[in-house]
Amino acid sequence: MRPRRARRRLVLVGNGMAGVRAIEELLELAPNLYDITVYGAEPHGNYNRILLSPVLAREKTFDDIMLNRAEWYAERGITLRAGAEVVCIDRAGRRVSTADGSGAPYDRLLLATGSTPILLPIPGSELDGVVTYRDIRDVERMAAAAAPGRRAVVIGGGLLGLEAAHGLQKRGMDVTVVHLCETLMERQLDAPAGDLLRRSLEERGLNFRMAARAAAILPGPGSRAGRVAAVRLEGGEELAADLVVMAVGIRPNVALARACGLPCDRGVLVDDTMQTFDPAIYAVGECVQHRGACYGLVAPLFEQAKVVANHLAELGIARYSGSAVSTKLKVTGVDVFSAGDFIADADSEELTFRDAGRGVYKKLVVKDDRIRGAVLYGDTVDGAWYFKLMRDATPIADFRENLLFGQAHVGDSGTAGADAVTSLPDSAEICGCNGVCKGEIVRAITAKKLFTLDEVRKHTKASSSCGSCTGLVEQLLANTLGGDYSVPPAKKPMCACTVHTHEEVRQAITEYGLKTISAVMRFLEWKMPDGCHKCRPALNFYLLCAWPGEYEDDRHSRLINERAHANIQRDGTYSVVPRIWGGVTSPHELRAIADIAEKYRVPTVKVTGGQRLDLLGVRKEDLPKIWRDLNAAGFVSGHAYGKALRTVKTCVGKEWCRFGTQDSTALGIRLERAAWGSWHPHKVKLAVSGCPRNCAEATIKDFGVVCVESGYELHVGGNGGMKVRATDFLCKVETEEQVLEHCGAFLQLYREEGRYLERTAAWIERVGLSHVKQRVVDDAASRSALHGRFLEAQRHAQVDPWAERASGKDVNEFVPLEPARAAEPA
Amino acid sequence: MWLDAGPLDSIPRRGARVLRTTQADIALFRTADDAVYALLDRCPHRGGPLSQGLVHGRCVTCPLHDWVIDLATGEASEPDEGETATFEVRVHAGRVLVRAIDAAAFDGRGR
Repeated sequence: MRPRRARRRLVLVGNGMAGVRAIEELLELAPNLYDITVYGAEPHGNYNRILLSPVLAREKTFDDIMLNRAEWYAERGITLRAGAEVVCIDRAGRRVSTADGSGAPYDRLLLATGSTPILLPIPGSELDGVVTYRDIRDVERMAAAAAPGRRAVVIGGGLLGLEAAHGLQKRGMDVTVVHLCETLMERQLDAPAGDLLRRSLEERGLNFRMAARAAAILPGPGSRAGRVAAVRLEGGEELAADLVVMAVGIRPNVALARACGLPCDRGVLVDDTMQTFDPAIYAVGECVQHRGACYGLVAPLFEQAKVVANHLAELGIARYSGSAVSTKLKVTGVDVFSAGDFIADADSEELTFRDAGRGVYKKLVVKDDRIRGAVLYGDTVDGAWYFKLMRDATPIADFRENLLFGQAHVGDSGTAGADAVTSLPDSAEICGCNGVCKGEIVRAITAKKLFTLDEVRKHTKASSSCGSCTGLVEQLLANTLGGDYSVPPAKKPMCACTVHTHEEVRQAITEYGLKTISAVMRFLEWKMPDGCHKCRPALNFYLLCAWPGEYEDDRHSRLINERAHANIQRDGTYSVVPRIWGGVTSPHELRAIADIAEKYRVPTVKVTGGQRLDLLGVRKEDLPKIWRDLNAAGFVSGHAYGKALRTVKTCVGKEWCRFGTQDSTALGIRLERAAWGSWHPHKVKLAVSGCPRNCAEATIKDFGVVCVESGYELHVGGNGGMKVRATDFLCKVETEEQVLEHCGAFLQLYREEGRYLERTAAWIERVGLSHVKQRVVDDAASRSALHGRFLEAQRHAQVDPWAERASGKDVNEFVPLEPARAAEPA
Repeated sequence: MWLDAGPLDSIPRRGARVLRTTQADIALFRTADDAVYALLDRCPHRGGPLSQGLVHGRCVTCPLHDWVIDLATGEASEPDEGETATFEVRVHAGRVLVRAIDAAAFDGRGR
């Protein structure tokens, strides 16, 4: 920890969501680097501006949306000057000052001055009763003016205007929206969606004047001379009004930056590190302009906050490269979603779906086989999914014909998460691993002010174990925060210990020749020197995959099942599964297993789903002994505990079956002999069926073979996991040798590209079947190279871990310590 | 009463060993920087054997349901709540010594 005197001084101007988030991120990275002073023009702590509309609509209170109260600043030693507006920055003297002449010196300055609402320069805009819609004071003013039966005119039919109109209507007012264009929310919606939206809002009692321009705001007579009474439109129509809300847009607040000579365009100009022209001054949030774009949504602002915190913490490795944004309207019962470029140009195509009867409209703009934009009305459950496909630039050719019908119709691995979470009751279990239900997650998001997946994981435990419910949790976040919340950036770090993605880590391992876990952590500046239970097993696998034969496995970075080469059970005992090649055994082997089970008093012997025998209830100390006996009877480990090749399920094939077309049993055994011992991002199961009746259920396996008269059909990417996914057809081959080569190449591609704990199903949905076909089927040289790398890795991998342990390796894993009485220590 | 659990090297770095006593199993952990901790070998959640977990930093992740337990305090980290009993432990002349207490003392705290 630095001595207090040596601390540098950081001043934040702007106590809003972006600036304070940057401080929060900074405190995580470097809690003791700065003495921090925060200036905020508003007289309170920091609140969640996205949720102003629910406050206006009386769905929430101001208290509900506070993010950080004064105590939060005090507890962290941050000086908060709430209600003090900075009016001058002395860049040469590195000092800010407020109107009353007080101020503070800085070593680093962070500008987060947000934006200001645009006030139309029309006569009467200064009247009492004319408000903008930007902060809590505006909401309070609207609330004070609102009363049942009174009339409000909202100028502006954009997102904010409609939310204001909805809120005022919920407070009993008679509301008319005046909008300049023919289409509501024209920046987010096309004409058909805008029309549907307008009709639905009209049915709820809102009034509209479309393509109408406010010319003047008129005062009342006599004692009401200073107060608004009506709005006159161009063309002469007058709309009576007790309240006028101007919601025609916002403008980055650059006054302070411009006054001190920082280059500004629409916003304060910043580079990819969020630095302004002056290296001592950074800027984030709505006030900045980055690569020509200004953002008014929370997700990009938080991304910017992360980057600026990284630089303030002197780490210097983060870059901001702009954000894709999506929008939802926060009006209860109206489902509108929009993202990206939703108007097709000459080079792009439009896919549309329209069902006027149900009030459903969907449009996707597609270019170069990728989604470029989306507009959804009436049915927005797939919004997050389309947005993800858009951000990740996922090729859509493989499922284009079903794309508009939504994720539910393109097959789902169960690991990508479904989006139909909206319709679930609060009691629905979202995270099966930790038993967390929907209501619990939603309550935590609102009560504990959570914005990111990591925060939800930390506070509720949901999605923190196997991760298969991650998609659902993200959807809940999007739905609960509503409005302009968009899902977190596509770049997801491996875990909380690092800022790098799985791909970046793997690339660094090969590119820079990193050969130990500690080398990776040092090189990539891991936040936790020792990592955690999530990244260490992943790193161990990535190193093992990158440097076969060279990398020495780190058993302390393997979870217990792989460390002990057996499955831990709920009572702390273990289960042991010997490999039974292709599921074929013999009286001799069965007798040996029976004898061994009796010798070690194994309480349960169970046939597994993969045609193997599971000996359940073995004490850990007995593991090396039972393995030795099994080894002696000719068995090796079945790897039933591992992120590894587990079983190859087979049927009896043409040797016995009257329908069998090929020797599926023998082929299954060949495959298992070739692939056993291989470690993978997740468990891998194979199957071979002797005919299309498919008794070995090959079409729900990671790699499945269906034998036919003329050869072998190869299927990939299936699983019987949380959500069953049937395989995709890969190709057809003619010989067993080709089956083996394709299988090896496919498994190696998965090993090299799959993220740790991502099953083949999720991996294929992420990278696309076309990609897999291209590398494994179409390009013979690529297939052969992949297969070659698989064989090379297998030369080092096919070592029976049971034999190693039975002969004494890692003995201290299995033997408990017996204590002796000791004298008192000195 | 102090128990001699053997030399420090009998516990692997970033690993654990179980110390069998007549009263209970005690999990002994050794961190990457050679600090040694002793906890009742029961996760406060569903009794998972903490000694079988993955050790990282000054924490261990329970092998059953991923609760993260602080080795020094025995407390579960957020959002989980609960704690497991800790025992006083010393490394003296290269040997790991654990202070054992009455069975009754860790019954209540181990829940």
